[in-house]
Amino acid sequence: MMAFTFKPLGLASVMLAVLRREVSLAMRQKGEVLTPLVFFVVIASLFPLGIGPESALLLRMAPGVLWVSALLAAMLSLQRLFATDYADGSLEQMALSPTPLGLLVAAKALSHFLLSGLPLVLMAPVLGLQFGLDSQALKILMISLLLGTPTLSLIGSIGAALTLGVRGAGVLLSLLILPLYIPVLIFGAGAVEADAAGLGASGHLSLLAALLVLSLFFAPLATTAALRISLE
Amino acid sequence: MKIRAIHWFKYSSPQNFYFLAGRLWPWFAVLAAVLMAVGLWISFFVAPTDAQQGQGYRIIFVHVPASQMSMFIYMVMAAWAGLGLAFNTRLSGMMASALAPTGALFAFLSLITGALWGKPMWGAWWVWDARLTSELILLFLYLGFLALQSSIDDPRRADKACAVLALVGVVNVPIIYFSVKWWNTLHQGASVSLTSAPSMASTMLTGMLVMVVAFWMYSIAAALARVRCIILERERHTEWVKHAVE
Amino acid sequence: MQWNSVSEFFAMGGYALYVWGSFGLTAAVMVIEMVLIRNQRTELLRDLRNELRSESPSS
Repeated sequence: MMAFTFKPLGLASVMLAVLRREVSLAMRQKGEVLTPLVFFVVIASLFPLGIGPESALLLRMAPGVLWVSALLAAMLSLQRLFATDYADGSLEQMALSPTPLGLLVAAKALSHFLLSGLPLVLMAPVLGLQFGLDSQALKILMISLLLGTPTLSLIGSIGAALTLGVRGAGVLLSLLILPLYIPVLIFGAGAVEADAAGLGASGHLSLLAALLVLSLFFAPLATTAALRISLE
Repeated sequence: MKIRAIHWFKYSSPQNFYFLAGRLWPWFAVLAAVLMAVGLWISFFVAPTDAQQGQGYRIIFVHVPASQMSMFIYMVMAAWAGLGLAFNTRLSGMMASALAPTGALFAFLSLITGALWGKPMWGAWWVWDARLTSELILLFLYLGFLALQSSIDDPRRADKACAVLALVGVVNVPIIYFSVKWWNTLHQGASVSLTSAPSMASTMLTGMLVMVVAFWMYSIAAALARVRCIILERERHTEWVKHAVE
Repeated sequence: MQWNSVSEFFAMGGYALYVWGSFGLTAAVMVIEMVLIRNQRTELLRDLRNELRSESPSS
């Protein structure tokens, strides 16, 4: 566990320290990082199994299916965002530290993106090929996921903070944040479809970027409020 | 000026609000009943038959009030939640909790009456049009609120957590609505909108308005009655409750 | 008034299931909600009175 020294640290270096801590902790439990990735592959494979292998249909469904699968996989690891720190007391330390809790929370959410979202972005093209997406569509898919998954992590951190230490937190967390994920899903999958239809993805992608910026500013606020409530 | 301020904050104590709500809610119930009777009268006996939709359109006299109130109640819930977080008052959280079930029921009713309207008119029990889909998502938001509340044992923590959730939700509702509209138009889904009411005769508009206000009065009555139960439950160990239940 | 007969009123121009279904469901939901609130209150009062009774002889 990383000790917080009393040397006054710059805000950026504190956030970097949180990021490094998260990554090194995750690296010790590689399984926990890989499980959402495997989950992504499994869910995406369930759809053809449920719907049938007809390639035209799969191609049509690919953006939505891949986005929903990525969304669910990203959500899987959210519960552990604060739970392990809460259990060993380091979360309280973070709340008491002179660094604004909002920044620490943002750093944690971004580390969640690096550990969960980014692997999904990198895995998506492989799955996209299985659905018959061409290289242009794969490119747009990756960009949309790259813009969308940080937003999912940020919004998800709100849910994780609200359900900290609560009975049945995992399912409850999903119920709480899935409605909030819907705009990201619509614009993310919509970007790939719009591009495939020749309408251009720029509108959707700009909206995704806008959602990212909005959640970057407001999600840490809500998460901080929720954490303080949970820590009382 | 100062005296008026004191009177206002007097009712922010659960004890005083309990008795105020007790005196008020029957009046709202009566008002609701009267308005409902008037509204039903207009719905069935004054509003004419529609040229395209025949008698079937009359469902709007319950569908529209239900959806309007479900959205309005969510905003009021969020307002109480915000007040509770800002001023750290116990009663605000109780009011938000009292409103949630009614709002959820109206969202549910809106969806079912929407389906019952859609089936004869446009042949399908469910269409993914922007308004119905947004209403469905609103129901999910309500259910999340209720689920979070029931899973946290400490009532104060539950109130505050639900308050954050309600505020996050209310900020997201316009975003969700906009994205669903975008999604709907882009996919050229159900091109018939369930919101395109028949060309409204003024009697139809009056009927709808009366029913909306009737539902509103009903919601207030239900919320006040329910908050009395919540107050009794939460404050059960105080002296005034012990005297009140004897 | 546009109903020529009571049976016409109930038939609702063929839409009886949908119209009466909607209004009936709305009425049912409202009634049930009120009943549930009243039951909640009755149970609560009963519980609180029992608590008081079990406390007072010992106090």
